[in-house]
Amino acid sequence: MQAKGTPDMLQDKDRIFTNLYGFQDFGLKGAQSRGNWDGTKALIEKGRDWIIDEMKSSGMRGRGGAGFPTGLKWSFMPKESDGRPSYLVVNADEGEPGTCKDREIMRNDPHTLIEGCLLASFAMNAHAAYIYIRGEFYHEASNLQIAIDQAYEAGLVGKNACGSGWDFDIYLHLGAGAYICGEETALIESLEGKKGQPRLKPPFPANAGLYGCPTTVNNVESIAAVPTILRRGGSWFSSFGRENNHGTKLFAISGHVEKPCTVEEAMSIPLKELIEKHCGGVRGGWDNLLAVIPGGSSVPLMPKDVCDDVLMDFDGLREVGSGLGTAAVIVMDKSTDIVYAIARLSEFYKHESCGQCTPCREGTGWMMRMMTRMVRGEATLDEIDLLWDVTKQVEGHTICALGDAAAWPIQGLIRHFRPEMERRIKEYRARIAA
Amino acid sequence: MSHVRRPAPKELQPTSFAFTPENLEKANKIIAKYPEGRQQSAVMPLLDLAQRQTEGNWVPTVAMDYIADMLEMPAIRVYEVATFYTMYNLAPVGKNFIQVCTTTPCWLRGSGDVVDTCKKELGIDVGETTEDGQFTMIEVECLGACVNAPMMQINDDYYEDLTADTTKAILDALKKGEKPKAGPQSGRKGCEPIDGPKVLKAFCGCGAAPQDADASEGDA
Repeated sequence: MQAKGTPDMLQDKDRIFTNLYGFQDFGLKGAQSRGNWDGTKALIEKGRDWIIDEMKSSGMRGRGGAGFPTGLKWSFMPKESDGRPSYLVVNADEGEPGTCKDREIMRNDPHTLIEGCLLASFAMNAHAAYIYIRGEFYHEASNLQIAIDQAYEAGLVGKNACGSGWDFDIYLHLGAGAYICGEETALIESLEGKKGQPRLKPPFPANAGLYGCPTTVNNVESIAAVPTILRRGGSWFSSFGRENNHGTKLFAISGHVEKPCTVEEAMSIPLKELIEKHCGGVRGGWDNLLAVIPGGSSVPLMPKDVCDDVLMDFDGLREVGSGLGTAAVIVMDKSTDIVYAIARLSEFYKHESCGQCTPCREGTGWMMRMMTRMVRGEATLDEIDLLWDVTKQVEGHTICALGDAAAWPIQGLIRHFRPEMERRIKEYRARIAA
Repeated sequence: MSHVRRPAPKELQPTSFAFTPENLEKANKIIAKYPEGRQQSAVMPLLDLAQRQTEGNWVPTVAMDYIADMLEMPAIRVYEVATFYTMYNLAPVGKNFIQVCTTTPCWLRGSGDVVDTCKKELGIDVGETTEDGQFTMIEVECLGACVNAPMMQINDDYYEDLTADTTKAILDALKKGEKPKAGPQSGRKGCEPIDGPKVLKAFCGCGAAPQDADASEGDA
């Protein structure tokens, strides 16, 4: 499969988030001038099945990290109510280190999200949507609330939304500083007014989610892209990117590039092209690159030789032992203390573990302490194997994926930078022997 | 980093709490967002409201009890929530509550300089409050503004694209009682490249008219 859209850059006419940089009015007037809320009623009139089929044919895979097909996820919701209401919950608890794309949608293009909520909720037979936004995003929440109020006033949401006959309410709910609430069942717990501790699955949220009712949890970017996909057709969206990896995607590139930025590009764009065309290249040039974490802190890093020709999509990154995650690209040049960079992430996971499952609660602390010693080389060579072994004991043995997310960065480090870890240990041992 | 979050000692705890009439109205509006019988969902926004109302920007135990009564839930469930989520301060903090992000993406761009500048300019260590009660500084985990790293949050505002110099300038302004402009301190507006948008120029006032989307091509 050839990646379409390369070598030319994605064109502006095919960008969904045209106010990404916030130079225009984020409010209703600005949104309408950019084509939002255009013919929403007609889209609803095409019916639930048409919307879900169009989403399936678009090839959209969830933009929150896991990459589950969005249309398929929606189709799991009950078509007929058994008396319980259905809910759409939008995961706006953006907190994966490196990730800052949903923030831009919510503060600069909030109407894309609100219109998407209406269409998605209608497709899933939900009369209410809750947007769970991280509490630190005070100004983002404020813009989003203004936009919601505007939509109510204009009759776009609320009773008989857009004149479609569909009643739809949309609510904002602020979190309070817990990364774990980005996990969908922890988010639901939090929304119910409890500690954000993930639930065992099954039952899956589509059967028993918020308040025990059928619920779908979707990422902000997934939902905000829906109106444009429905207006332009699933085939338009699927014309970008390789088979099984379709669409346009927001990439946030941080770290050691000349010009860090967030940009919407076609899926399957080569990493090198993304960095060189949009970010002015790696600081000090491509050959100064050490490693890249391509999808937020939870995915394993890739050394430079992998970065040279890897494509930025779900399958391309999985093939090289990493992942697209949230498409948050963290670039590290040769000046980086790579062991510390990963050790700092271990500290993050230690801080954010909810404490429910023993392997994660105890394991993240143990891994952090071990990584802290590895930074200084205060270890023995066989402790690298021990560390590897412990990451394998945590991975896959917890209710949610936070345990995996804590393990993978360390595994990536050992896989690709073991010689560096060994060098530090040998130097340390030589020092104390002297 | 691991820390057990517990309510402040008794001597710091006030003996009574009630929402102001204005906040009570806000609270009732918040509760109405959730289905009947699901008022417990309002516990987080109400704790936030209580924190904003309390001198010192924190949640005293009496406020937790008050909210428990209001939402007809056991007090222990409110304590659980208040101690689980790190945005609830369990003891008073300074008037300017500085949270410096030091997670890897910010660290790569120099968050160490930001922390060091805060320490030096304020004469406090991480987790401490200045004697005049004006500043508290802590390190926090990723605040989700990574392309604008390094950054810090002061009360509700993000200050981004920081250097040691701009950090000092912000602190100096706050010391004088001024309110420095939030957002990137580098001159850019948001998350576009530092030298201006490379794409979407027509939508950023630096290219063709917004409606004329076909004419605006991405350049190489």
